[in-house]
Amino acid sequence: MAQADITQDTGADGRLDKLTTADGTPLKVSIRRAMRRNKLIAFGLTAPLLFFIVFSFLMPIFDMASRSVENHQIPEAMPRTVAVLEGWNGQEVPGEAAFEALALDIQEGQRTRTIGRAATRLNYQEAGMRSLIMGSARRADQLEPPYKQALLEVDDDWGDLDVWRLIKRESGYYTASYYLNAIDLTYSDTGEIVAQPEYRQIYVMLFVRTLWMSALITGLALLLGFPVAHLLATLPARHANLLMILVLLPFWTSLLVRTTTWIVVLQTEGVLNDMMVWLGVISDDGRLQMIYNQIGTIVAMTQILLPFMILPLYSVMKGISPSYMRAAKSLGARPPVAFWRVYVPQTIPGMGAGGILVFILAIGYYITPALVGGQSGQLISNYIAYHMQQSLNWGLAAAIGTILLAGVLLLYATYNRIVGIDNMKLG
Amino acid sequence: MKLRKATLLAAGSALALGVSAGAASAETLTIVSWGGAYTMSQQKAYHEPYMEMNPDVNIVNVDKSANGLAGIRAQVQAGNVTWDIVDMLEGPAMTACAEGIVEPLPADEILAEAPDGTPPSEDFVQLRECFVPSIVYATLFAYNKEAFPSGDYPSTVQDVWNMDAYPGKRGLQKIPAGNMEWALVADGVPMDEVYEVLDTDEGVARAFAKLGELKDEAVWWSEGAQPPQLLADQEVSIATGYNGRFFNAQVMEDQPFELIWHGQYFELDGWVVPKGKLTDRVKDYLNFATDTQRLADQAKYISYGPARASSAELVSTHAEAGIDMKPHMPTSPENFQNPIPKNAEWWADNGDAMAARFNAWLAR
Repeated sequence: MAQADITQDTGADGRLDKLTTADGTPLKVSIRRAMRRNKLIAFGLTAPLLFFIVFSFLMPIFDMASRSVENHQIPEAMPRTVAVLEGWNGQEVPGEAAFEALALDIQEGQRTRTIGRAATRLNYQEAGMRSLIMGSARRADQLEPPYKQALLEVDDDWGDLDVWRLIKRESGYYTASYYLNAIDLTYSDTGEIVAQPEYRQIYVMLFVRTLWMSALITGLALLLGFPVAHLLATLPARHANLLMILVLLPFWTSLLVRTTTWIVVLQTEGVLNDMMVWLGVISDDGRLQMIYNQIGTIVAMTQILLPFMILPLYSVMKGISPSYMRAAKSLGARPPVAFWRVYVPQTIPGMGAGGILVFILAIGYYITPALVGGQSGQLISNYIAYHMQQSLNWGLAAAIGTILLAGVLLLYATYNRIVGIDNMKLG
Repeated sequence: MKLRKATLLAAGSALALGVSAGAASAETLTIVSWGGAYTMSQQKAYHEPYMEMNPDVNIVNVDKSANGLAGIRAQVQAGNVTWDIVDMLEGPAMTACAEGIVEPLPADEILAEAPDGTPPSEDFVQLRECFVPSIVYATLFAYNKEAFPSGDYPSTVQDVWNMDAYPGKRGLQKIPAGNMEWALVADGVPMDEVYEVLDTDEGVARAFAKLGELKDEAVWWSEGAQPPQLLADQEVSIATGYNGRFFNAQVMEDQPFELIWHGQYFELDGWVVPKGKLTDRVKDYLNFATDTQRLADQAKYISYGPARASSAELVSTHAEAGIDMKPHMPTSPENFQNPIPKNAEWWADNGDAMAARFNAWLAR
């Protein structure tokens, strides 16, 4: 910016280093200096946003993700036991030293009220660990040496080898068990990784369901959105504006309102069923179940996400000059051929943008499936919410969430590889 | 601009004062509860009279009890506790107590005696280390009379499973607690042996198998307001739900509902105090809000039974409808003949495992 008063004629780029500005500094240095100042100003302008994103977005995500492996409850609440078990071979129930450590940990944990956290943590792994530990903690002041006998008197489950193996396995500051749980695996009593019993397998099925349902919703949104966007882009402005309002109005309406409207329309005693009964299409006993199942989720989510497909498509279509179609037709292509071979390829950036928007939004949706999905229409995010709010197993919620996030990033990268993100147009 | 700055400053200092305990003027008590009709009953029975007696106290209601344990946990972990008193079920309260995120409440020191001098520890239904119960509420089956035009109505838990005699869908809560106990009762297990049977793997399998008979006919609900709605719309013919909600629909909205008190599944709901919040003011409030008269007063506004023996006789008529509340109490003798008390300890232990299994069972 400064003294770009060049003393010599600029030649080829290679000679730039020989050039100097009026005050004698080499041009290269001068330009770099000017650029640096520009960069600093640019950074200064974006810094608030950057800090905002780091503090309100990246750090919470990192914090949440780190919960999926954190396991500080056990080593913090039971330090003595963990230390003693380090040298234990895991072949038979440990001796008095381990029981003494355990008793002291429980006594101190009961005083400082931290033992409950370890009990909660271990209970995720094995039902019954909570009452075993809390039951012993309630009688902590009665524990006296020899501790092994004392603890076995309180609860003979302390003589169970698997209990000790479990404590030893979960004694590190980090654990993989949340991730295993999130893909329907678990540890066997002897510590090998095995599949969950069939009656507890759920998450793999949910991940698969979330993926195919999101893909289907994206496809439906494209199918429904394409003609609408085309109409919007080709109609004269005053009609198009009216139609645009019809697209935007639901977009601005609360998600909850739109979802509950679908309940009114689709339920067995609802508008649609009533109408079909009245028309004689179905009998009064044969009312269709269209909500509280996958159909409900698919219908409601397609409608709710439709604007995210229409708007990018519209903006791309708006930019396509009608002269291409005219040229194709004048060169002899019939309208369907011209549309398919000339018009549609030009809308691909819009389809890509709309598709990826809808798909990624759908993959993380949870309010709509929670309200209209019944059981078969629940998605993986409903279980993340469930573990955040109901079961309070935040580690498991974090593990499922991190897998989902990684999956989305992977899909995004694949998309970029195949279609190219530069080919995407949001407006 | 200047004015705004001044307001901001004032607001800031008011906030700071409110946080530091023992601030003199306009103290705020943040009380977390379930919202809706339930918070309203507390507002009328406890909060308003208390604020009248203590004009410098302002009680703020927060409707977050549905996620109460998660909220307390997050606030204590973050070191920024904003809730003073939280209304909670017995089970989560025990979990919170074991984790040390709520304060122990020495009942005989803090709480009021019964009018005849009975100490609180003997007068309350069930006190826990960190938990003072205020109501007994029941989850139970109810039906819409219009769904059974023949006039033959279900009256037991077994009848609920009898699809031939009592057709129609069943509205069930989307949690294992309650459903598993009822399934066993329907399968012939005596009510007082339910938890012994559930303690075995075969017993759990048996409960799920019996529950499976209803699976195709089940509509699962998750919010307390849903079952009366499902019954009123005749989406289902029989539904489980909270007795207070059914009472409201029955009496206030004239719905043709009847309750099946056989096998009512009752549990306690009451107060906990998050860690570091047991101030003199909170103690004073708890003393007032759980005394014999106040608990009886709450029954004027909602049909949940007071959790103190001495309150039972003081239960009178509904504040608006003017009807006698005693027949609508889960604890009244006619209704209390075949109850299933929720075993909070069993559920604290097995809740995670049962929920995992229940969710997997539902999803396939």
